[in-house]
Amino acid sequence: MTKHHIRTTINGDETDVLVEPTQSLLDVLRDELHLTGTKEGCATGDCGACSVTIDGNLVCSCLVLGVEADGTEIETIEGMASGDELHPLQEKFIEHVALQCGICTPGLLIAAKHLLEENPDPTEEEVRYGLAGNLCRCTGYQKVVEAVLDAAQVMQK
Amino acid sequence: MQNLRYEAPETLADATALLSAEDGVARILAGGTDVIVQMHSDLIEPDLIVDVKNIPELTEIAKEGGAYRFGAAVSGKTLMLHEDFNKTWPGIMDGVQLLGSLQVRGRASVGGNLCNASPAADSVPPMIAAGAVASVIGPNGARDIPVEDIVTGPGRTCLEKGEIVVSFLLPERPPRSGDAYLRFTPRTEMDIAVVGAGVNLTLDGGGACTAARVALGAVAPTPLLVAEAADALIGTKVDDAAMEALAAAARAACNPIDDKRGTIEFRTKVAGVLARRAAAIALERAGAN
Repeated sequence: MTKHHIRTTINGDETDVLVEPTQSLLDVLRDELHLTGTKEGCATGDCGACSVTIDGNLVCSCLVLGVEADGTEIETIEGMASGDELHPLQEKFIEHVALQCGICTPGLLIAAKHLLEENPDPTEEEVRYGLAGNLCRCTGYQKVVEAVLDAAQVMQK
Repeated sequence: MQNLRYEAPETLADATALLSAEDGVARILAGGTDVIVQMHSDLIEPDLIVDVKNIPELTEIAKEGGAYRFGAAVSGKTLMLHEDFNKTWPGIMDGVQLLGSLQVRGRASVGGNLCNASPAADSVPPMIAAGAVASVIGPNGARDIPVEDIVTGPGRTCLEKGEIVVSFLLPERPPRSGDAYLRFTPRTEMDIAVVGAGVNLTLDGGGACTAARVALGAVAPTPLLVAEAADALIGTKVDDAAMEALAAAARAACNPIDDKRGTIEFRTKVAGVLARRAAAIALERAGAN
């Protein structure tokens, strides 16, 4: 199969990679670039564990072909903290214990960050709808919603 | 799929030429939220993927006189961010907002939702109710096809080899018009319609209905335009009697499957209920503008 050379900016770093046309962006991130923070849950766009942003647009990376990423800017969970300094959402997820097994957490954090960028002061209902594309089988969502609402307050200060 | 080729042409002519010349299985890629899933679960094994998102005609939203035209590959999210379109066609947006999750709507398009040809596609009944016409281009030229005529069966469309749905034209909206779409699902988000109903109507100055279109989803092998249901509204003040006639006509049009998500009896009954409720919302919206 012919490989395509793509050039993207991932978490601010310019990245060149050869991809096969069948590979999803999720496969490229994990298997070619070894950015394994982005998780595969369902691989059908139902669970949101593989959420990333492409040019600021929140997507499931399992539903994007790697070749489509050429010329785009991608943000993954690896770019969320600044060095050792966690993002307020990450801090609040820990503080509120908004995770158990953790497989959905990177996707939830990416989706929550995107939500707060679009709506810095959401209501509880807006948070619940905003994160409806991210499934979690452990927490029952309550602590996740509390953490996001708390982070929103901190981030507005 | 061993030798899958990916092409991202920048013109309609190049896209139709690529699709026409392919002897194997070719698929058009817009948002990919159906095609990529089908590809990775081996439901389809394409030899050629033609990504149409670099073609301007497929990605623009524009006014033509008083009418709206939007590209078939415009994402749900892009439509949701277009304030005037939302104000003009709230019923279409009722359907678009129900496509998958935020992540899915960031990619999924109305053109893809239509061409995937599921009877349960949420954006299709309100597009049919709106009177949307698809502009299609292919190796033998261009043609316009009403949206209700595109899907011919589950997973099947009337499109010929090499043809692409380019854009949708929505008619100019007369004053006192409103549209709405409702669906029934067990969950509020991330679910597939068990029944869907779209209603689009126009009132005169005295509150009588002068024009209406009613469409149903998930109650037959294809989304349905139900003329009898529209006739039940036209010429009335959309009162209780007209609403009951609408519901009866909607029920009569149903030819649903019986499955774990809804029995024939349930789907038929709910089609009448949703048609009525959607008409009530459309009526309220028509009165407000």
